[in-house]
Amino acid sequence: MSGRLRVAVDRDACCGSGNCVRTAPEVFDQDEDLGLVVLRQPEPPESEYAVVREAAYNCPAAAIDLTEP
Amino acid sequence: MSDTLATNVPTYPFGNAGLDPLLPDLGPDGVGRVQLPTGQQAWLFTRHEHLRELLRSADFSSDFTRPGFPLIRPIPEDMPRRPDGSLIRMDPPEHTKFRRMLTPEFMIKHIRMLEPLIRQTVVDALEEMRAAEQPADLVEHFALPVPSMVICHLLGIPYTDHDYFQERSRILLAWSSPPEQVRDAIEELRDYLTRLIAARRDSPGEDLISRLAAERVATGEMTEEELVGLSVLLLIAGHETTSNMIGLSTLVLLEHPEQLRQLRERPELIDDTVEELLRYLTIVRTGLTRVAVADTDVGGHRIAAGEGVIALLSAANRDADVFPDGAEFDLNRGSHQHMAFGFGIHQCIGQPLARAELRIALSEMITRLPGLALAVDADDVRYRDAVVFGVQRLPVTW
Repeated sequence: MSGRLRVAVDRDACCGSGNCVRTAPEVFDQDEDLGLVVLRQPEPPESEYAVVREAAYNCPAAAIDLTEP
Repeated sequence: MSDTLATNVPTYPFGNAGLDPLLPDLGPDGVGRVQLPTGQQAWLFTRHEHLRELLRSADFSSDFTRPGFPLIRPIPEDMPRRPDGSLIRMDPPEHTKFRRMLTPEFMIKHIRMLEPLIRQTVVDALEEMRAAEQPADLVEHFALPVPSMVICHLLGIPYTDHDYFQERSRILLAWSSPPEQVRDAIEELRDYLTRLIAARRDSPGEDLISRLAAERVATGEMTEEELVGLSVLLLIAGHETTSNMIGLSTLVLLEHPEQLRQLRERPELIDDTVEELLRYLTIVRTGLTRVAVADTDVGGHRIAAGEGVIALLSAANRDADVFPDGAEFDLNRGSHQHMAFGFGIHQCIGQPLARAELRIALSEMITRLPGLALAVDADDVRYRDAVVFGVQRLPVTW
């Protein structure tokens, strides 16, 4: 068991709403070609946990998967 | 389970009486059946949790040509019901293909580059209004022209044609418009954009329609008819929604002077204010329509394949479990879970643009017009009876 929150994204499911990038820009980005989610930090620091959880909850396409510590 | 033969099935849509959305008593479950003007019945879902489930589910289709799809206004017999590039009415995989052609255009980082243009548009409109006679209609001078000019710039549509498309857009969205008039308005908008696309193909500009024509239509990824449908959608969605939000937001802020004072003192509150305005107003009052394509469950209710459902965003955005005292406007609420832009794969693609326009328009307005006030009693403000909620006019002084 890792003691860290682990983030995974599903680019096939992503609809490019940009919610995650607005909520947690340190962890999520969008690529230039398709505007789909790009994961910047699969194991973000604890200071990002709250916004990452908010981004996952608010993802309209359920494209963000979290493994809680 | 709901009995489909039940009497007292409320008639939908419920109408726009004021800032608070009208809702029949559905009990604590917030699920009911409604009677549509087309004679169909549909399920009505109003709880935040249920809408999350429903709008993320692949068991529901947005394709209005499918049997059983809940139509909230009658469609003329001779109206072509074609899959026409309007991506809000598509399902995957076609929807995915079309949406991905547009997502990069509306990404936050690209909209950020557009901000100087938005700000200049806002400032020019405000200064022009300031030079006008008082009282003036804020909708005519500010709320409508700003988003129209911005979407025209993005799409490459000459703003000088605004009377033409705004009038047809108004007819299209008004509940009172007879179906034949709606059909004509759509056809006229399509003809207009067909001519524009042909012109852009011959002499392209630095705009979205030119890019799509050159990169997608010319390559066969999209038909010209689909580009026409898509352009109609972007033009209407791009100016109607934000325009109505600016008008209504101004009314709400003026009606909450204590919170307006707080916002003027602490301009950094603008982002939270915009989110709370989006939640509180939820201008797509008619909610989202879907048809079940498989037998499925939402919130413990069995929905059979072929049954229509309505996801009432305005009710979910006042769900007490998520937004305590949701009928109150509170800019300190931190409304990050609202569904004003919808939810699921169809969630508004233009939301970064809408947020930027609202943030800049409202900030500049309250800064440049410190004495802004309603010129009529708030009770006398007339609302639009339309698919997109808004004020008809907003007479103000400054």
